[in-house]
Amino acid sequence: MSPTPMTPADVRTSVAAFLASHPPEDRTGFLRARFDAGLAWLHYPVGLGGLGASRALQPVADEAFAGTPDNEPRRIAVGLGMAAPTLLKHGTAEQRQRYLRPLWTGEEVWCQLFSEPGAGSDLAGLACAARKDRDDWVITGQKVWTSQAHYARWGILLARTDPDVPKHQGLTFFICDMRAPGVTVRPLRQLTGEAEFNEVFLDEVRLEDTLRLGEVGEGWSVARTTLMNERVSIGGDALPREGGAIGALARMWREQPELRRAGLHDAVLRAWVRAEAVRLTGLRLRQQLAAGEPGPEGSAVKLAFAGLLQEITSLELELGSTLRHDDWRVDRGPQPEFPSRTPTHRYLRARGSSIEGGTSEILRTIIGERVLGLPAEPRSDLAVAWRELPR
Amino acid sequence: MTGLLYSDVESELRSELRAMLRDHCDPAARIERDDAVDVDLWRRLARDMGLAGLLVPEHLGGAGAGPREAAVVCEELGRAVAPVPFLGCAVVAGTALLSCGEPDLVAGLAAGERPVALAVPFATPPAHAWSPTVTVAGDRLTGSVRAVADATIADVLLVPAGRGLFAVDNSGVRREQCTSLDETRRLCDLSFEGAPGRLLAEGADAEAAVRSAVLAGAALLASEQVGVAEWCLDTTVEHVRGRYQFGRPIGSFQAVKHRLADVWVAVTQARAVARYAASALATQSEVDLAAALAQAHCSPVAVEAAEACVQLHGGIGMTWEHRAHLYLKRARSAAVAYGPADVHRARLAELVDLPPAL
Repeated sequence: MSPTPMTPADVRTSVAAFLASHPPEDRTGFLRARFDAGLAWLHYPVGLGGLGASRALQPVADEAFAGTPDNEPRRIAVGLGMAAPTLLKHGTAEQRQRYLRPLWTGEEVWCQLFSEPGAGSDLAGLACAARKDRDDWVITGQKVWTSQAHYARWGILLARTDPDVPKHQGLTFFICDMRAPGVTVRPLRQLTGEAEFNEVFLDEVRLEDTLRLGEVGEGWSVARTTLMNERVSIGGDALPREGGAIGALARMWREQPELRRAGLHDAVLRAWVRAEAVRLTGLRLRQQLAAGEPGPEGSAVKLAFAGLLQEITSLELELGSTLRHDDWRVDRGPQPEFPSRTPTHRYLRARGSSIEGGTSEILRTIIGERVLGLPAEPRSDLAVAWRELPR
Repeated sequence: MTGLLYSDVESELRSELRAMLRDHCDPAARIERDDAVDVDLWRRLARDMGLAGLLVPEHLGGAGAGPREAAVVCEELGRAVAPVPFLGCAVVAGTALLSCGEPDLVAGLAAGERPVALAVPFATPPAHAWSPTVTVAGDRLTGSVRAVADATIADVLLVPAGRGLFAVDNSGVRREQCTSLDETRRLCDLSFEGAPGRLLAEGADAEAAVRSAVLAGAALLASEQVGVAEWCLDTTVEHVRGRYQFGRPIGSFQAVKHRLADVWVAVTQARAVARYAASALATQSEVDLAAALAQAHCSPVAVEAAEACVQLHGGIGMTWEHRAHLYLKRARSAAVAYGPADVHRARLAELVDLPPAL
């Protein structure tokens, strides 16, 4: 780390020097060189794609690299947002050296093997078993809602190594080789017809002990790093007025006067007011973060946004008196932009916004207990061996 | 960028005012009395703290602050349901006087010596602010204005009459206090029987003065509603943490916890919207839109919080003894003040081009 902190000008100079000596001809070669020059993620340590600089400088670097081949961040979102911070914090030197570079360049895609059919909100209750067999671990279980698993090279895996202790204490975190025998990935078709996610079956999958991340039994605290980063990444961009879903509804009302009905006018206006309130709340949250006073408003934004999106997309269907849908076929390509689909797709997909990344019910409990300081509900599942819990 | 946070100066003003209100404000003691306004408290706030002249420039005898500071004052007065005429006197009448350029009346108001009120019904929406019900012949005013807020202790009334805005002192004015839903902000009916008036502004100037005054009132009332909602939330959280039923604090039950989480989310949004309205007023940009948005959003939030407060207090929340009813009545009354939410939504429909069905 340099004795004086880097400035935006330093970043631009470094990027310009890099670009001068690395014409972006071969994509992978270019991205590898960018990583090795410490210009991948600036806040990561030197030698691991960064310069130990402030996280705030990243947009400066991204802007300076605009127009050059990128690592397709949407395609490798799970790796960048969840696997990488976990590897950085809990990985051994060898693990960080081995995995972070191809993760960032997109040569190796990562997925997250956490949720199970029997463990959604109560993730710590998961059942996927990891049994020690001489020097290896043998994994058996089923994971679900796994984005990017169908083209992933590695997965971050949470599995139960000890069923005879309380549920949070018996978990261990692994790196799962998605090419190992016994791994089966199947598309999970949603009610929209498409399959953004997968289910992953693990049948006696053999993992070497070098694929363990953190100590045996420490899986829950490792997973908390991953989940914390998931919450950080759910914030969304700063949008202009009518920049979100409300824009489509407002345009429909303006541009198709024949659809307007007296009974829906006030409902559209209520949605508009609510959308603007959520937008300003997000703006205020950003200003708080920029001023170095982060508040708990982030959870308010996620909760409010989910309800708002559902209200708006419902209104779109009512206003359009919609009976037709554009396409029920399974599409495994890159996800099309939300606004380019018909309102029926938006309506159906929006049902998931109050489920994914923490259900609205769980969020309300978190707000009640962590923000308002209300007492927790009495629990019967914390002091009991996982094996004894009803399921 | 629109600043939606509180400055250090604003936070200091808040602490000073909160301490003052804690020591000297007892809203329950003022209800069902003829002297509904707490004049001792108002003297402390208006004169000693200089709040009556908060929006008045220094060269005219005021504090030279702006709508953002006034919004913080409104939040605290809402939190305390303080029976003082800050909104009607310092904000609404003050704005009208400043746009008429009346240095003497402004100075009297700023010094906290001559309270002034704008004689328009409290439920008047900004877009319909100019609809005089008083007629004028020569310099004599005749007619009545009903349900006016913050006028019970006013020494000077600003009265829209005919095509002008007139200043009227107490001669020839009959003032009848109304039994009001919100007894912490008592309304009164005003009758003018040939009352002598002095013309302050005429025609478009008079209309602009009244309109901007009501608009400022609507924009800053949102901050008062945030204060009301915040008190209701804080008080209810405190209650459900300490109230035991079925052997556990009732706040540990999900039904209770989730309702309060929703109130917190609503208050969080209301604060952003109210700060936006105060900023818009300060920079005089998008004031119509920001005020309509603020009233459309914050009115129902204050009501939601106050209703949750009564409900989650259970039986004690239904009593005259507990303060919750003062907040419920303030919230319900404020939801009508300067126009109810649906009228503001209809105004937004005009402003952002979402016209009604044909």
